[in-house]
Amino acid sequence: MATVTIDKAAPTRKVKYGSMSRDRTWALRWSYFFLVIFAIFSLTPPIYMLITSLKSSAEISAATNPWWVFHPTLENYLGLLTSNQFLRFFWNSAIVSIFVVTITMLISVPAAFALARMRFWGSAVLATGVFLTYLIPETLLFIPLFKMFAVIGDWTGIQLINRWYVLLILYPTLTVPFCTWIMIGYFASIPKELDEAAIIDGASWIQTLTRIFIPVAFPGIIAATIFAFTVSWAQFLYPLVFTTSTDQLVMPVGIITTLIKGDVFNWGQIMTGALLGAAPPLIIYAFLMDYYIAGLTAGATKG
Amino acid sequence: MADVALQSNRAAQAARKRGSLHRMLKRKSTMAFLMTLPLILLIATLVIYPAFYALHLATLNKSMQRFVGLSNFEFLFRRETFWLVVKQSCIFAITAVIFKAVLGFIIAHFVHNIPAKGQRKWRGMLLVPWVIPPAMSTLAWLWLFDPSYSAFNYTLSFFGIGPIPWTGDAMWARFSVILVNIWVGAPFFMIMYLAALKSVPEQLYEAAAIDGANWWQRIWYVTLPMMRNIIAITTLFSLIVTFANFDIVRILTAGGPLDHTHIFATWAFRIGIEGSDIPLGASVSLFMVPILAVAAIFILRDVNKRGNES
Repeated sequence: MATVTIDKAAPTRKVKYGSMSRDRTWALRWSYFFLVIFAIFSLTPPIYMLITSLKSSAEISAATNPWWVFHPTLENYLGLLTSNQFLRFFWNSAIVSIFVVTITMLISVPAAFALARMRFWGSAVLATGVFLTYLIPETLLFIPLFKMFAVIGDWTGIQLINRWYVLLILYPTLTVPFCTWIMIGYFASIPKELDEAAIIDGASWIQTLTRIFIPVAFPGIIAATIFAFTVSWAQFLYPLVFTTSTDQLVMPVGIITTLIKGDVFNWGQIMTGALLGAAPPLIIYAFLMDYYIAGLTAGATKG
Repeated sequence: MADVALQSNRAAQAARKRGSLHRMLKRKSTMAFLMTLPLILLIATLVIYPAFYALHLATLNKSMQRFVGLSNFEFLFRRETFWLVVKQSCIFAITAVIFKAVLGFIIAHFVHNIPAKGQRKWRGMLLVPWVIPPAMSTLAWLWLFDPSYSAFNYTLSFFGIGPIPWTGDAMWARFSVILVNIWVGAPFFMIMYLAALKSVPEQLYEAAAIDGANWWQRIWYVTLPMMRNIIAITTLFSLIVTFANFDIVRILTAGGPLDHTHIFATWAFRIGIEGSDIPLGASVSLFMVPILAVAAIFILRDVNKRGNES
């Protein structure tokens, strides 16, 4: 690189070019230096999870160097993966997440299509309303929702509190507004000519949606699906409030309420559980990073 | 050909026979309404109704049988813990958001600086904190902060820094909670800013460089004005999320020591669910509404403005 610039530059400007490229090299070195620091900061907790999960409880309480595993063992993993209780948490989490993703997509894709393309009375207000509901945090609603479901249980005898399927009703309030919002963005970016052509050819609105919009906006659908999955997998407040029996718990709450017994922290198992709980989103992220990031930025930039 | 024509003809006849209901279903507005109906029902019954129900609950007494007007709020205003929670929520949200925004901005710049083909790898690593469920990563932090086997204190002891009561002392506990929140949230800012940085036209920097602007002036006069919108919207959005945070504080300190890290959400949970005083818990959580409303109005204005521009 340097030789090329020198060859091309006139002799008088040589010094200036040299200093500029030296500036750039230094800027690059500093960038890498700080990026390494930030990467260490970001990756310390997950790596520490992994280190601890490979230790036996004897090694943990021996207080040896916490950053190194002297006698790696898989006993924590074996212990958790053979425990029916833990597998139950994993199963509950998986079932809840899969159902919530399906419900979310079934509600938000048609709604987003209608809001993006079929202008009707109140559609603009509704689109804004969807965005506003996305801004309402779950911490504002958990108390009235808890009371609501208790009252429903008293009136109709349908017991919803302390059943895992109550989460299927609750999680869509978190996932549907955002997914609808980003799908509106993706659908709005599809050229109008495409659906006009379809309508002229005699396609119904449903056909336009399934044959044209869903295939064309498929990246958006993947991004929305990933979002819905990660949100329902990671949700902590609702299961903590609404489920208490150990066979109804999902991963995050299950790990925290059953592995921490009073003041006794079995850190080896807790870290293993946390790592296994973090694994599905991390795996999805590792394979579909670009969709993940597209969905993340679409929420704020597509508006 | 003839066959197809015949079929469509038959279909048209059948449709005509089925009459007005079918025709109405085919109309655009009816169809659109039906497609959005599940969404409307969901928002109405599970978001709007509970929001107003919270207002109603806040006016009842503890056993929820008697209307007591505003005396729940009066009771709260007289409690010292309430003002502590207000103070802590504000400190928590504002400090965390400022640090997240600044850190995110800095990291985004460094990632933007390095050659394009390495960026993906770094971005991937730096976004990991955002991907791990916060409840799970906070457990890892709790273990890093552990008083007796703490990995941090072990490391610091080599530098002669005494054992730090990460979650035991009020000030340190607040620091730890904010630190974990920054750790979780900074990558989000980084990704947003990185996307915004990429959309700033290169010519502007070239023009600035020709005019003799140094790196600071380039950031101040080119980058920041170009990114103003995205910075505002990300910060406001993060303010809402941070203000309403629950997971991190709940797992790391559960509000302790002596309520010195409680924020609105965790205190509402403690009172409303654990203390089963639902009306008082609802009143506490309602205090989040004003700041959320203000932030939401600003975000909405911004979103609409950009909608009009495009």
